[in-house]
Amino acid sequence: MLELKHIGYTVFTDGEQKDILKDVNLTIDERFVAITGPNGGGKSTLAKVIAGILTPTNGSILLDGEDITSLSITERANRGISFAFQQPVRFKGITVRDLLSLAAGKKMSVTEACTYLSEVGLCAKDYINREINSSLSGGELKRIEIATVMVRGTHVTVFDEPEAGIDLWSFQNLIRVFEKMHEKEGGSILIISHQERILNIADKIVVIAGGEITDIGTPAVILPRLLDKAGTCQALTEKL
Amino acid sequence: MNAIEKNLLEAVADLHDVPEGAYNIRANGESTGRVTTANIDIVTKTDKPGIDIRIKPGTRNESVHIPVIISKAGLQELVYNDFFIGNNADVTIVAGCGIHNSGEDESRHDGVHTFYVGKNAHVRYVEKHYGDGDGNGKRVINPHTVIVLEEGASMELETTQIKGVDSTRRITDATVADGASLTIREKLLTHGDQFAETDFTVELNGVDSSANVISRSVAKDRSKQRFLSRIHGNNRCNGHTECDAILMDNASVCAIPEIVANHLDAALIHEAAIGKIAGEQLIKLMTLGLTEQQAEEEIINGFLK
Repeated sequence: MLELKHIGYTVFTDGEQKDILKDVNLTIDERFVAITGPNGGGKSTLAKVIAGILTPTNGSILLDGEDITSLSITERANRGISFAFQQPVRFKGITVRDLLSLAAGKKMSVTEACTYLSEVGLCAKDYINREINSSLSGGELKRIEIATVMVRGTHVTVFDEPEAGIDLWSFQNLIRVFEKMHEKEGGSILIISHQERILNIADKIVVIAGGEITDIGTPAVILPRLLDKAGTCQALTEKL
Repeated sequence: MNAIEKNLLEAVADLHDVPEGAYNIRANGESTGRVTTANIDIVTKTDKPGIDIRIKPGTRNESVHIPVIISKAGLQELVYNDFFIGNNADVTIVAGCGIHNSGEDESRHDGVHTFYVGKNAHVRYVEKHYGDGDGNGKRVINPHTVIVLEEGASMELETTQIKGVDSTRRITDATVADGASLTIREKLLTHGDQFAETDFTVELNGVDSSANVISRSVAKDRSKQRFLSRIHGNNRCNGHTECDAILMDNASVCAIPEIVANHLDAALIHEAAIGKIAGEQLIKLMTLGLTEQQAEEEIINGFLK
């Protein structure tokens, strides 16, 4: 179980104070928890605070009762937190096999790599020796990113907008990946998303706007409210 | 051969024992082992230090190892090795130099390697430079490689210096004839107060000649690197040069790519990038459970792989 208590994150730019997160209190022990809200509302910051990439200026984070607020990224990773980046990082010279092996903590065979890559719609034979560089498309990188967190099989996994750039590979497959991960590892999967189809499968939806939790509840309760709000803009309503 | 010399041999030529095929091992200024084959002859020069390696036309799938090791502190040498590769041959040549210096005086190997690659022949040339030893004496290696590619010939040059060479000036001069191609891959890591200079000049003289010069380097501590790459397109040709460097600590890297088109159909590209390891790369690997130091090592190992 992951608990966020009074989390605040404040930065100073040009002498001006900006509160990116304000007193966020949240408990995550469900299967799937989706975080949504407008761009710039603080969702990605919250995900980075959980992974240890950013240190909150206020509050504490507890993982299964242990205070992990002061732990480094590495220590949190080793305690069982995984993080899938919104924009996967490229590496010159590091191959798909290298990255999966680093995630697994051991050298990975083609057969083992195939188990994970096939889940994200990639053929291991075609990809295992490819470098994680600009020769891969955004969608391919995104799927490899998802495969690396699957390999880790940790208790808490945070996905920052996993649907972004998932070209031909359908949402249904992405949802199947989440379900399989939960079947295998249990624990909680935290998904930052704007996609209704992903929000629909969540056990709990958390809406963050202006650095605060503005709404929280089941999809049945939250989704109609979100769609209603979107209705304030005619153009957006037509697109939804 | 003692343990130090065996270690050097392994570092520069991946040899645990005598190699298969033709070879010449030069240790402390003398030839200590030589084997020739029906197709590959190795002859000691009579006018200056060094050897001639003659590979018969049509020789295929054979290799030549010519490692040089120096374990005697203060030894300095200038060696000329000439390779004559016959038409249509396809061979691998493994060179390299390892210096162990436990003394106070400078140990130095200057090697001039000249390759005459015959028509439609293919050569893969692998060269590694390495230094170790706990003396204050400098370990210096200055290779000068001259490449002459005849019509349709191709050469891949893989040159690596990863550890322990205090100073190096690496000069490569190549001329490329009709339909011939040259690929150079350089990997370089400098640390401490080391200095490394790379100086490539490729003359694309032939119709449809091509060159691809790729350098990846890492500069650590207070080391300094200077990279010069010149490709001159003198005919209808394709040339590409790329220098990619990771900068660490208080090191300094200077990259000077130069492309000169002397013909309307010369297509030339240069790329150069120098920068520290991207923070997001470290963070990504740390989220997989690696420490910052382990992440840094993995990024560098991958980059220089």
